[in-house]
Amino acid sequence: MGEFKVHRVRFFDYMPAAIRAMAFNRRTERLALARADGALEIFNFADNYFQEKVIPGQDGRAVEALCWVGRRLFSAGLNGEITEYDLENLRPRYTVEAYGGPIWTISGNDQGTLLAVGCEDGTVKMFEVLEDRIQFQRNLDRQKGRIISLCWHPSASLIAAGMMDMIRIFDVETGRATHRLLVERGVGASKSKEVVVWSIAFLSDHTIISGDSAGKVQIWDGLTGTLARTHLVTKWDVLALSVSQDESSLVAGTSEGTVVQFQFLSSTLDGQNKDWVRTRTFKNHSHDVRALVHTETAVVSGGMDTQLVVRPLLDKVEKNTQESAMRKMAFPHRSLVCCAKKAGLLLFQFPDHLELWRLGESDGHGETTMKFPLPPFQVSKLPKDLRSAHQLCFSTDSSRLFASSINSSVVVVALNQPECKYLHTLKPKSGEAESNLILEPVHLLFASEDGKWLATANTACEVQVYNLDKIKLHCTVPVYGSCPTAIAIHPTSSNLVVVHADQQIFEYSLVQKEYTEWSRRLQKQGLHSLWLERDTPITHVTFNPKHPAHIILHDMFMFCVIDQSLPLPEAKTRLFNQMILRSLPEPMRILHRHAFKMCKTFQNLMCVRLLEDHSLVVVERPLLDIMSQLPAPVRQKRFAT
Amino acid sequence: MAALYEGYTLCGLAPAQNQSNSGVLGVEAERDSDHVVVTDSTRSVTLYKVSDQKPLSSWTVKQGQTLTCSAVYNPQTKEYVAVSDGKVIRIWKQEHLLLDQAFKATVSADVWRVHCVAGGEPVVLFKRGAVRLLDALLSAPQQPIEEVLAQEESIRWSTNIVTESQQFAIFTTEQKGDHFLYLQRLNPNTLQRYRLEREEPGLSPLSFSASYRDKHIRLLYLYPNGHVYQSVVSERGLVTDEGGQAFPLPRSLLLSLPVGEGLLEAASAQALDEAHIAVVGVPHPSAGSGKDFLCIWNTNFQTLQAGKEIAGKIYGQLWSFWNKLFIPHGKTLSVIPYECPKSSLASALGKMRQVKTEGELEQICSTATTFDTAPVEEVQREVDLLLSRTDIQDLQPSLGQLASTLVSRTLQDPAFYTPSSLAQLVHTRCLCHSVCPDLVLLALERKDYFLCQLCLQFFPDIPEAITCACLKAFISLEPDGVSFMETLIARERGPDGLLNGFSPTSAAEYRSDGLGGGGTRAQQDEEMTSPPPEQICPVGLHKAVLLNEVLQTAYSDSFLLPHLKDLSSQQVVLFLQYLQFLYLKYSQDAFPQTHGLRSPSLSQILDWVCVLLDAHFTVLVMTPEAKGLLVNLHSFVKSQVRLVSELGKIEGSLQELNKMTAKKDVGQYSIEIIELF
Repeated sequence: MGEFKVHRVRFFDYMPAAIRAMAFNRRTERLALARADGALEIFNFADNYFQEKVIPGQDGRAVEALCWVGRRLFSAGLNGEITEYDLENLRPRYTVEAYGGPIWTISGNDQGTLLAVGCEDGTVKMFEVLEDRIQFQRNLDRQKGRIISLCWHPSASLIAAGMMDMIRIFDVETGRATHRLLVERGVGASKSKEVVVWSIAFLSDHTIISGDSAGKVQIWDGLTGTLARTHLVTKWDVLALSVSQDESSLVAGTSEGTVVQFQFLSSTLDGQNKDWVRTRTFKNHSHDVRALVHTETAVVSGGMDTQLVVRPLLDKVEKNTQESAMRKMAFPHRSLVCCAKKAGLLLFQFPDHLELWRLGESDGHGETTMKFPLPPFQVSKLPKDLRSAHQLCFSTDSSRLFASSINSSVVVVALNQPECKYLHTLKPKSGEAESNLILEPVHLLFASEDGKWLATANTACEVQVYNLDKIKLHCTVPVYGSCPTAIAIHPTSSNLVVVHADQQIFEYSLVQKEYTEWSRRLQKQGLHSLWLERDTPITHVTFNPKHPAHIILHDMFMFCVIDQSLPLPEAKTRLFNQMILRSLPEPMRILHRHAFKMCKTFQNLMCVRLLEDHSLVVVERPLLDIMSQLPAPVRQKRFAT
Repeated sequence: MAALYEGYTLCGLAPAQNQSNSGVLGVEAERDSDHVVVTDSTRSVTLYKVSDQKPLSSWTVKQGQTLTCSAVYNPQTKEYVAVSDGKVIRIWKQEHLLLDQAFKATVSADVWRVHCVAGGEPVVLFKRGAVRLLDALLSAPQQPIEEVLAQEESIRWSTNIVTESQQFAIFTTEQKGDHFLYLQRLNPNTLQRYRLEREEPGLSPLSFSASYRDKHIRLLYLYPNGHVYQSVVSERGLVTDEGGQAFPLPRSLLLSLPVGEGLLEAASAQALDEAHIAVVGVPHPSAGSGKDFLCIWNTNFQTLQAGKEIAGKIYGQLWSFWNKLFIPHGKTLSVIPYECPKSSLASALGKMRQVKTEGELEQICSTATTFDTAPVEEVQREVDLLLSRTDIQDLQPSLGQLASTLVSRTLQDPAFYTPSSLAQLVHTRCLCHSVCPDLVLLALERKDYFLCQLCLQFFPDIPEAITCACLKAFISLEPDGVSFMETLIARERGPDGLLNGFSPTSAAEYRSDGLGGGGTRAQQDEEMTSPPPEQICPVGLHKAVLLNEVLQTAYSDSFLLPHLKDLSSQQVVLFLQYLQFLYLKYSQDAFPQTHGLRSPSLSQILDWVCVLLDAHFTVLVMTPEAKGLLVNLHSFVKSQVRLVSELGKIEGSLQELNKMTAKKDVGQYSIEIIELF
């Protein structure tokens, strides 16, 4: 197939922010995750853990806690505000000041009627959840010392609050504290230090479980207020707790990066006298585990080391399946790099600035031309319809800018005038936009090279193609059950290639408005199992103008050239066959070739693009480089010192 | 290891139309191991010579009459006894050509079976449970026969056992799902009734087999769920005869056979000896669920010893006489010779070997009988002859038998000793300690240290007690004792030629192993003077060679320790000195293993030092002459530990270096060429 000149770029200093809080919605199987920079991410656990939504953070809006109420997502932070998010338009919906100082925790009752927040000033504040907002209801008895953690009893009549040196149980009806559970401080030097109850859980049988800064997980009887059992799990802090829905298993995350599992087991055969027994320890993090979720089948953990880890519990899933494999999500599921093919420029996207680099000649040294942290957006000069844009895309001739906007619409702006001018808005289906239908945000945009087509994909898995000449919707690709992760329109054949979170690939002819012959063949034969088992999504699709039959796509750990003219790999053929082909003589290679030419030379890929001169640009961000920038962990085991 | 040999067909069968019945009523032993009497289920009795697979005589009852019990042979009178039509007892000799001309007697009740075994009188068992000696019955054939069994009780199986003092008729009955064992003693007559424990509801025993050993009658029975139970009844029995009362019969589960899918239908288990049972009609554990296998199981180790697929339908019938199994299957009655040597753990875990033919076995058996009486020279000749065979490895079980025969004769007869033969046998590596447990101690007793050395070298399973006994004997050897030297030199000269005859390589090896340099004083001196003065070996070369052999035997600390305590403090000090000498030598020479010399490894030496110190630490601390030794040892070990820890650090650093160079350094930006195919 041939040689490629590869620009191997490692100077993109992408640094993800630490994970601060998580909340899992069991009904929709969505995980909401807040990072230290205030960014919010939504992962769809039902669709290959795809990161379907990202809401960027704001200065001074660090999120301390997250909470789902039905499909609504609330956050609270140390700025003392409660925020509800607009998950359709990817922005905060509104913000409510709690007037209690920094908020440490937020928790909704199971019924979805009340939100409780724990404040620095020692109050637990109750907010009523209304249809379009929340309203302050009242304070529970004010305590001395801040409220660090909260948990509702499933009946919603009691609430347990973790504080400094103690746990309080409140009667929600009266607002009175009914019990005070004293938490013992650490031994030795930490005896003088207050112990912080970082996390708390309230079970339906009135058992209270607490995790504290002295490294203890304690089991309390909430009816009598007595301590039932203490498990010392770490020398440092127990930062997070999460209980499975059936209340038979509990996980605790520590500052050491470990997650300790406890199970409610009986020590005798007859099943009587059950007790919380420490069972497993997972060590998947190098730093603090700040956030934990116990789903039905897995432990989801995140913390200072910025990685989201889904660790399936092997007693809950079938062994040796894709489901039982551990996943570490270290990189966003979308492209943060843009590439100007002709000019050989790379644009790196950071949370608060951009970097523009020019690729060097073959002397092997990159040369930076421009590098500018963007000044605050000069919004005044832009049309007001562009104020809310979560995805941008230029036409090939740079005359148009497309921006995905509210209500799943796309705003088209003309750029050839001295200043940009609003042209029109492309709406998915006229008439329906006004109906009650929830419109998911467009997260992928692609303008065809000939300027005729614009393809969009939204998180409701819909892929729509607009005819830009006629300025109207051309067609909707049949909806497939997994979210598209990359789309592209072939420059000559006008075929739309869509890759989904479940790794399926479709090719759709815009002219015939049907799946192409190749796509049907691929679906009929099925993709190779090793292809389907990859655990990072394809984040970009492009084509090779020299070889119209070639599709180039990449995920985090490989890039692949699909040659549509070659036979598809069958289930028994070796998918990763490049090494074998290399060792074979030329005539033999033809016999062993198949359509998927995969290259794993480059790892942690942020970007793979084909330049005008047919050389490849590969942007890598080695995990080790990210790790080396993290602060030192609390404890490093060192041998022989 | 028990083995099943190639079987052969004794005769064809005419199974009943529905195939449920093999057509064989019974197979009974005749005069010797090569003759059997086969009674078919219709009318004829045939005498076979087994090795020729040929009928010698055949007798048939008239049309319309049937034989209702298998014919038995009474070796005392050389007569055959059979029963036709339930009540007619027929007795004839081999020269009678027609059965109708032979003796007939009609009795007053239906006969279940006539039994006769060597050493006992023929016994008649009636269907209703009464038992008579044949002679007594024939003296008044029409005598009234009592009913022993209850109304709905009927006999399922019966046999006859003759012990030193008693003759027994044993039978089992079934009554409404309950099974009973009757033990009928003859002369004086007493009857005992036992109730068999119930297995899972609805399961009745498929087969019974009884044997007599150590004054106990052992009943073996197989259930359809694959469980094989043994019940043991004392020969003397309980002296009670409260009529009809059944004692519970205690049982123990011998084996739980794999049954595959469903329950066993036609299966049978036979006890072969105290440790082996033959089972037919049970699946082979490693061959799926087909039930057409004949297997020999070792009940002590619960191991499958031999298995053979049997073609055609199996009827659940199995007889065994004189190391031959008789199995009706399909349309043939097959004879399958087997062998169950006395089991040892080593052979139970060993590999299955089935390649021996009968002729070879006989040769070995005859050799074994020679050993009981023949003079030393003849024994030596026989052993040479045997060991010159090429298939020596296949004769493993028999060699063990030979060796133990030799050992037991030597133990009985102080004048008899065949050191070279024993050495040759040990050298075959077919023996192990558990096969002839007395060999090492015998060699020690006869001061045959060469044989001891061989045993230590080749036996994988020498117990720690014996190892310690060797060690003690070796340490307390007078190093320059005349007798010792003489023994060694004589040993070297004596068997040399013979050894060369059978295995030149191993003989050469043994020379270099044990005595290569030790034949003359000159060489020994040379060896002694070569090391620097501070490392003078505290023991002589011969002793060192023997001690080295002890150091290389396998042992387990906890078993060795108590026996080590038997050593005297002088012995311990000497041994420790020797160990220290070895250790120092090892620490200084990079590769001290002299060519051809078997020497212990450094870790073996250290292990022995540790275990010796463990066993005698207090004694050594109290012994003044050991003090210097211990101090030396301590300082040396200390320096070694320091050295090792320094080496560990260096290793760690070097490893790090290695890791660093392995990682390819990729800069922030580079241009590379890749090729896709």
